[in-house]
Amino acid sequence: MSFAFLVFLSIITAATPLLLAALGEHVVEKSGVLNLGVEGMMIMGASLGFAVAILTGSSVLAIGAGIGAGMTLAGLFALFAVWGAANQVASGLALTILGTGVANVAGVSFIGMKRETIPSLSIPYLTDIPFLGRLLFGQDPFVYASLALALGISWWLGSTRGGLVLRGIGDNHSSAHALGHDVRVVRTLAILFGGGCAGLAGAYLSLIYTPFWSPGMTAGRGWIALAIVVFAGGRVWRLVLGAYLFGGMSMLQLHAQAGAIGIPAQFLSSLPYVATILALVLLGLRERRSQGNGTMFAKPFIPDR
Amino acid sequence: MKSWIKAALGAVAAAGLAASASAQEKLKVGFIYVGPVGDFGWTYQHDQGRLAIEKEFGARIETTFVEKVPENDSERAIEQLARTGHKLIYTTSFGYMEPTLRVAARYPGVKFEHATGVKRAANVATYSAKFHEGRYIAGQIAGRMTKTNTLGYVGAFPIPEVIAGINAFYLGAKSVNPNVKIKIVWVNSWFDPPKEADAAKVLLDQGVDVLTQHTDSPAPVQAASARGVLSFGQASDMSRFAPNHVLTSIIDDWNPYYIERTKAVLDGTWASKDTFDGLAKGKVVMGPYRNMPDDVKKMAETTEAGLRAGTMDAFKCPVLDQAGKPVECKGGDRLSDEQVFSMNFYVQGIDDKIPQ
Repeated sequence: MSFAFLVFLSIITAATPLLLAALGEHVVEKSGVLNLGVEGMMIMGASLGFAVAILTGSSVLAIGAGIGAGMTLAGLFALFAVWGAANQVASGLALTILGTGVANVAGVSFIGMKRETIPSLSIPYLTDIPFLGRLLFGQDPFVYASLALALGISWWLGSTRGGLVLRGIGDNHSSAHALGHDVRVVRTLAILFGGGCAGLAGAYLSLIYTPFWSPGMTAGRGWIALAIVVFAGGRVWRLVLGAYLFGGMSMLQLHAQAGAIGIPAQFLSSLPYVATILALVLLGLRERRSQGNGTMFAKPFIPDR
Repeated sequence: MKSWIKAALGAVAAAGLAASASAQEKLKVGFIYVGPVGDFGWTYQHDQGRLAIEKEFGARIETTFVEKVPENDSERAIEQLARTGHKLIYTTSFGYMEPTLRVAARYPGVKFEHATGVKRAANVATYSAKFHEGRYIAGQIAGRMTKTNTLGYVGAFPIPEVIAGINAFYLGAKSVNPNVKIKIVWVNSWFDPPKEADAAKVLLDQGVDVLTQHTDSPAPVQAASARGVLSFGQASDMSRFAPNHVLTSIIDDWNPYYIERTKAVLDGTWASKDTFDGLAKGKVVMGPYRNMPDDVKKMAETTEAGLRAGTMDAFKCPVLDQAGKPVECKGGDRLSDEQVFSMNFYVQGIDDKIPQ
């Protein structure tokens, strides 16, 4: 196996959880809601996913539990932020704190347990093609899920009626309401979807990435996913690019170190964040010209009639 | 009239005495942890120490711990414990050094114990363990087990404790295998399992076939095991995470020290000092030697006995720095504890630079 191939492989693994969580939050933000609770939903997915994996021995049930845990927490957020019209920033932050706490309590008896990782795909002949075979046909199921999800979301938001309604609600919830769309139901569904994605990302961490449970194991990846959504500026392809850029940077800085290049590791670790800030500045400069929508972003919708 | 004032004053004094007496009955002991108690590594072992003093002193003490306290924002947490009547506070990470000293200056009546620190005060003692002894043994095992002659080291932060560990590991390996090379990757965190796993994978990608780590989670051990690569457990016995690939673990056992120091506070004999011991005092314990041939195991046991007896040492002079210059030998035939404790250079043969 060539070195470049191994590097590619590790970048894909590093990018996948970020991409999964960011895709979910992308849909949430497209509907005009800001959910800062990604980190909390992610760690719930990691904790309950691993717990169910140990209890039942089934990876499928474990993944389901991870998604379910994220969705449950997201449901709570929808209850407060959408139906109760509570402040979304505060509710989202509370969600992260709550999720971290509940995940720790739920996971306490599973600390120190281990489990085999979920096997990667293996198709006879196809996987054996040198270089590309392993890269295209030898990944774990989550990698394909994340890319399929990216394509699916891009298509759904751009080319279906449902996607149009969701974007319309995100652009201007009063107009959408006047047209007869149920703003709160659509937003709730979007938030639940986002929670499911974050939970799936968390389950990826505890089932494949590092197959054990440990409190705080998401270590801020939920926040990075949020940064990627901002970086993407509302476009799915940029979301994929952003996730792979982050994953790539974090792996390459480690490779640079092991190659005994005397660049300070702290500097290299900060590169993805520097890239985000630069992207934000560039986006900000460009989008100043096309202002107009998004003024209702992260504002609660209260139907007046 | 005077008599009732006297009586009142007496009552107040009595109440005060009673209050101080009951306060003396229960010593409140606080712990500040850098990771979660469930990291199954560094913090887990410190928490075992907390449980050990609870068991030892029962109702005479009361313990509190605050976990996952970031090093650069630890002053608030330490002060909070000092303010809420904790008379003995263990701060268990290197980066708590300055915050501990600052809080200690404000609370002269509170006794502080700072793990792996290098600065003391009248009410701040420091303690550490000679982890490098265990790393020297691990290095020898690694030197014998490697086929690619490339060893990997996942480091947390480039601080003296970690640097000394890397040097000891490398010197151990080189003592049995002169061709051995070491690759070092820093993750800049004590605890970030996915990133630790990434660092491990990077090292494996670069041809490493025996891995060791100085971070707190079992992620590197597991990442190595997934590719069939041998590794060493850190801080706690991690063999359960990779039963077929963990060679041994360097286990920290803080229990005897915590019992001794807590007892000193209860007895009123506590004084600030530095404690730095290892295998000989049982503060560093080697996990079972496994997944290796008998002759390697025998070598490890011999080295362990030699280190314990003091006839062997990881930093036996001459120790050469990267430029090949002998380092001044302040400890007789070996580097002094002080030198090991403040180590900020790589030894000859390590082809890397310490990040500044």
